[in-house]
Amino acid sequence: MAREKGYKELPTGGLILEAGNAAAYKTGGWRTYRPLVDKDTCTDCLQCWLFCPDMSIYVEGGTMTGYDYDHCKGCGICATVCPVKAIKMVLETERSGDADAKGCFHSKKKG
Amino acid sequence: MRQIGPDVVAAYPITPQTELMHRFSEFVADGIVKTELILVESEHSAMSACVGACAAGARVMTATSSQGLALMWEIVYIAASMRLPIVMTVVNRALSAPINIHCDHSDSMGCRDSGWIQLYSENPQEVYDNIVQGVRIAEHPDVLLPVMPTLDGFIISHTLERVEILGDEEVKKFVGEWKPSFPLLDVDHPVTYGPLDLQDYYFEHKKQQAEAMKRAKEVILAIGKAYGDLTGRGYGFFEEYRTKDAEHIILCLGSSAGTVKSVVDELRDKGRKVGVLKLRMFRPFPDGELARAIGHAGAIAVLDRAEGFNAVGGPLGPEVKSALYKKSGADVCNYIYGLGGRDLSPEMIRTVFDDLAGGRADARQAIHLGVRE
Repeated sequence: MAREKGYKELPTGGLILEAGNAAAYKTGGWRTYRPLVDKDTCTDCLQCWLFCPDMSIYVEGGTMTGYDYDHCKGCGICATVCPVKAIKMVLETERSGDADAKGCFHSKKKG
Repeated sequence: MRQIGPDVVAAYPITPQTELMHRFSEFVADGIVKTELILVESEHSAMSACVGACAAGARVMTATSSQGLALMWEIVYIAASMRLPIVMTVVNRALSAPINIHCDHSDSMGCRDSGWIQLYSENPQEVYDNIVQGVRIAEHPDVLLPVMPTLDGFIISHTLERVEILGDEEVKKFVGEWKPSFPLLDVDHPVTYGPLDLQDYYFEHKKQQAEAMKRAKEVILAIGKAYGDLTGRGYGFFEEYRTKDAEHIILCLGSSAGTVKSVVDELRDKGRKVGVLKLRMFRPFPDGELARAIGHAGAIAVLDRAEGFNAVGGPLGPEVKSALYKKSGADVCNYIYGLGGRDLSPEMIRTVFDDLAGGRADARQAIHLGVRE
């Protein structure tokens, strides 16, 4: 591991001079409840993306494609604001294997 | 403050600071100074607004007293830790309870370990001089620490005395322009102020603060000398008054130095070798310099205008003893005086010098001067 900087090398006052560094601090381990989204019910209204305080909702081309679990703290705001109740909060210890790595599952199995 | 023309002042009124801010707000209202004056709902908010404005890149000043400073406490530490060169004049007033509006140093002594530079003043002239120098000291790139010039409530703050002031342009030139390195308003170079700092880096940041406080000593001397070149009133860490050959020395802060000086003159006329050392700079503490200045004395009395409630003495007494440790054989006695604005009379000072001369200066615990039993 690289040596951490000494007091003569650090910016004063505890300042961080590079922007966007919060991404390097992974807060997903704080989570008790994990959000899972039923993509058969989800309408891609993106209310979850709008309200998420940790920018942990993945969106690709206007479609909600799941969660960034490295940063999602499990606050449950997405589940609360979801107008079609497509998001459920599941205890980390009891999470099912139905969902993919980004937390998406399909309630209606497509043939 | 009018001559310095800070970008932002955030303040809340409290006796005896009220007069100071009252006058300044008149200057703002009359358009004589172009300061953004933020009137807040408490001192906690005042210091918070000062921190925000200073981080944004503004030159910031404020003033408070007593309970106001106590309410600011949390943010006072943050200002110093974020290395924001705010200048806050503290008009010294006793802390409650019981409620008291008059002078003692318990308010500013309470934040002696907060990382602020503290400059005490004997009279209105020194208050003016310390505030002007304070801005330049705080903003010096080797320092970047907030500065607290203090003055004794009512004794100095509500006294009319002639003060020599510089011209507006001279003050502006002396303090210079504040050029912050990392202003938050520089949106092209975004930085983070006040992030989480745990076991890995917090200690290093505290070490930086401690080092800045050490460097401040040299800067304070240089600026004190530059101010002397400009005004004829040079400043050091302390003023030595008839101490060179003195056998008995009183060490004190603030306005009481004037009274002690007059007693020293009176006793010198009677052939007694007495002197007074008036400490101007309490933070950083001039440890070695103090020992060199008064170590030759046979006995020293340290006058504290605050009680330390440590069963030993006031805040100044033990620090002076520690500065003299292994450097001087002098007996050192700590006296607590003037709490809640009680006068320090020449008679009390004579008693102290008599104690020193009579070999009664070896008390381990502080003596409370002029208190009734």
